[in-house]
Amino acid sequence: MLLWRRLAALRAAPAPRRLSAAAPRPAPGQVPAPAPGRSGDGGGALRPLYMDVQATTPLDPRVLDSMLPYLTAYYGNPHSRTHAYGWESEAAMEKARRQVADLIGADSREIIFTSGATESNNMAIKELEAAFQPDTTLVSVMTVNNEIGVKQPIHDIGEICRAHKVFFHTDAAQAIGKIPMDVNDMKIDLMSISAHKIYGPKGVGAIYVRRRPRVRLEPLQSGGGQERGLRSGTVPTPLAVGLGAACEVAQQEMEYDHKRISQLAERLVTKIMSEVPDVVMNGDREHRYPGCINLSFAYVEGESLLMALKDVALSSGSACTSASLEPSYVLRAIGTDEDLAHSSIRFGIGRFTTEEEVDYTVQKCIQHVKRLREMSPLWEMVQDGIDLKSIKWTQH
Amino acid sequence: MAALRAAGAALLRPGRGEAVARLGYHKKVVDHYENPRNVGSLDRNAKNVGTGLVGAPACGDVMKLQVEVDENGRIVDARFKTFGCGSAIASSSLATEWVKGKTVDEALKIKNTDIAKELCLPPVKLHCSMLAEDAIKAALADYKLKQDPNKEESEKKANNA
Repeated sequence: MLLWRRLAALRAAPAPRRLSAAAPRPAPGQVPAPAPGRSGDGGGALRPLYMDVQATTPLDPRVLDSMLPYLTAYYGNPHSRTHAYGWESEAAMEKARRQVADLIGADSREIIFTSGATESNNMAIKELEAAFQPDTTLVSVMTVNNEIGVKQPIHDIGEICRAHKVFFHTDAAQAIGKIPMDVNDMKIDLMSISAHKIYGPKGVGAIYVRRRPRVRLEPLQSGGGQERGLRSGTVPTPLAVGLGAACEVAQQEMEYDHKRISQLAERLVTKIMSEVPDVVMNGDREHRYPGCINLSFAYVEGESLLMALKDVALSSGSACTSASLEPSYVLRAIGTDEDLAHSSIRFGIGRFTTEEEVDYTVQKCIQHVKRLREMSPLWEMVQDGIDLKSIKWTQH
Repeated sequence: MAALRAAGAALLRPGRGEAVARLGYHKKVVDHYENPRNVGSLDRNAKNVGTGLVGAPACGDVMKLQVEVDENGRIVDARFKTFGCGSAIASSSLATEWVKGKTVDEALKIKNTDIAKELCLPPVKLHCSMLAEDAIKAALADYKLKQDPNKEESEKKANNA
């Protein structure tokens, strides 16, 4: 009798769907159809080229593969001590922790999982402040700048901090997995890590906290005492696994990626600058990460160029501040003229960027810069030999 | 049950007339760049051409708007060039479209709020429409000055006395 019912239930149930890693095709009308010229995912709606890797990166397929088991069958809480579900999740989490540590020359006991680099930054600065001793101070420096790609002299800064017994924190979100980093070599005491900047999932990151000499932090988030009491809350196993896998893949691919990205970056910059006059690269030419290129196109406003380049996803200024009208604080800090700061575009070249995509971006960029210059009163005045700095502009 | 669900879904779906700033650039704004009208220059030395240049490169917004006025005080041609975002380009382009065929006094009545409404500008871009209104006024003021420079001078003296 029981068997009958079971069989009936099976027959009535819909056929099981195959698991697919492909993104579902958007329903018609759900996603605005962008301009033609680029084939997209799922073979359905066309989507723009993606040239904004500093804002976020797609999942590396190898990372997704590593995460899938933990999003499906292996769903245990990694802090459950009493059964196989917990044990297998914990093992995965600890493996991920080791993978992160290996990438930066740290011990896995020094890696705490967080929700992202923003949380890690807050932990580093606020929690250290809470544990403040009269003579404690903290230096916090971004390793690679997300707007202009310039690398800070982390090695030298680390030396100085160590000599003065000052804690050294760095936000390495745009750097790890792209340039070699070693926390001991660079004398780093605290480091913020973000998964979604290195082809890992969104919603997870880590903070590196040095054990020797010990860096004491006061936990801000209290609860069940997970992550050595520093950051309570269940560690999201699939996300942690994703971060770990992203770090491991990055370590393997770092040299090759760097070489390939450098070549593509060189190609982009050389082609644009040879065709279009009055283009300035923002930031040091030498001490930079090649995949982040910030160019100012004089006499053309940045947002208008972004609108014109509608089938290429780019950014002007940091994504975090895209809603404000202020020009980039980074460009202002490096002394860029204000009108050039308004004319800047950031090109992001990543692991999956192809030569074809770079060539298309370059071609469209050249085409639209020329067109926007034809529409620009500043370009017209410069062509007529007028010195723009001599004009008294109206205030508004 | 299904009808209720459909009704609920309909409430959540955006209306077609809604400003879609959240989904990207409004198609009206994009249209002014993709299908430009009145981009260019008139002869600024001609007596019946008024030129307005407003904004500042340091602010990321500069508009040059020119009008050609016939002997009856009617604007017969207009041109613009703009250094600015898509909304700024669209606002100044629309301004040149609207002034054509109007008299100088009628054109002075064009308000930035009308421009913003027509282009569905989001709040953060309202200043673009304000600059376009300023550009129209500046061009017409320049035209008036050219017609009667002495009148301006004597008016100024009267004001200063």
